[in-house]
Amino acid sequence: MIALLKYNAGNIQSVQNALTHLGYESIVTDDKEELLAAEKVIIPGVGQARSAMKYLAERGLDKLILSLRQPVLGICLGLHLMCHWSDEGSVKCLGIFDAAVKKFPPFDKVPHMGWNNFSALKGTMFRGVTADEDVYYVHSYYAEISDYTLAICDYVLPFSAAMHRDNFYAVQFHPEKSADTGVRILRNFLEL
Amino acid sequence: MLKKRIIPCLDIREGRTVKGVNFVDIRDAGDPVELAKKYVEQRADELVFLDITATIEKRKTFAELVGKIAAEINLPFTVGGGISTIDDAALLISAGADKVSINTSAFKNPGLITDIARRFGSQCVVVAIDTRFTGSDWMVYIDAGNTLTPLKAVDWAKWAERQGAGEILLTSMNADGTKAGFSIEVTREVSSSVNIPVIASGGAGTMEHFREVFVKTGCSAALAASIFHYGEIPIPELKEYLSGKGINVRR
Repeated sequence: MIALLKYNAGNIQSVQNALTHLGYESIVTDDKEELLAAEKVIIPGVGQARSAMKYLAERGLDKLILSLRQPVLGICLGLHLMCHWSDEGSVKCLGIFDAAVKKFPPFDKVPHMGWNNFSALKGTMFRGVTADEDVYYVHSYYAEISDYTLAICDYVLPFSAAMHRDNFYAVQFHPEKSADTGVRILRNFLEL
Repeated sequence: MLKKRIIPCLDIREGRTVKGVNFVDIRDAGDPVELAKKYVEQRADELVFLDITATIEKRKTFAELVGKIAAEINLPFTVGGGISTIDDAALLISAGADKVSINTSAFKNPGLITDIARRFGSQCVVVAIDTRFTGSDWMVYIDAGNTLTPLKAVDWAKWAERQGAGEILLTSMNADGTKAGFSIEVTREVSSSVNIPVIASGGAGTMEHFREVFVKTGCSAALAASIFHYGEIPIPELKEYLSGKGINVRR
């Protein structure tokens, strides 16, 4: 069973639809027992960092996420929450990745919205994916490049398109909205 | 490199696609889900569904359709038509739409853009602007193009951005349906005056028209309907052409 973390963020349904298509059963839950027992946990979402962290902290879910030992995947805002700080509402985040989340400087259109590729793909998450493939991004804040960066995207400046540390994985783009390439990346995570 | 997006727009009435389509290998061209899947295969970059019935009693039918679309396709999509309250937007977003497009209601209820942006994020809010050149300026029209407002398209776009819009869908009423090309001037003017992405709409008739709008304006995407539905310009061929002309598109 795959658990999708239920919190005050949107776009959870799309991720669940993608899992169903791949033949995986999933539940949307904020129940601690269910999250701990899940084979894998996904933190999806489009939302705002400060209000999301507040929601998680009020329910003790911040500590629970840090205690998870199964593979965990953060998507978009999920990646931001796994960093140590977000400028979106100036909030301390989970601190899994020692990287800060900052707002794009206004040198180009913000949000970064649409299809973009990535480079320096590392790790099993990107098995079978090449650097000329595009995935769908929609975000106004980005995570700095750090030792945990698995893939880099360049828009206004180079930023982390994907990150990994121990059992924690995160992607800035939306695999559930990225057609075939997204399906492959999601499947790679689910088969970890 | 961020790619320029190609977006087919589907008009929906009572849960069915309205304009005729001539995909030879499609079973039911009136079924929006079938058509949407076809566009996913063709590597369209996003889809827009406009509910042209948009009466209150029909809204539920549309929300059900949005749920079916979301379950079947893994591309981002925008829905619009008759969204006048935050509850209308919430219904469609919770059914699986990635973005909602608002037009007249953004004008009649100025708080709506901010309300949707605060609750779901700016990336969810597309403000659709219908504009016509009146002889001196590109002015905003509402009520499906029937009512002239005292606002210039550029000023309205800037205001929408400040209220929290994440994207502008700019339709030139002068160009719409002519197949004579996008309205370059207003598209350039609007896209250079806001820092959010602008989708150019209205007038696409040839592949060159797409090249022209991407080269001559700062738009991020181009939208069209009939030329895609009738197969006059297959999306894979269009992307091949644009790529050959040095425009970055997703292949």
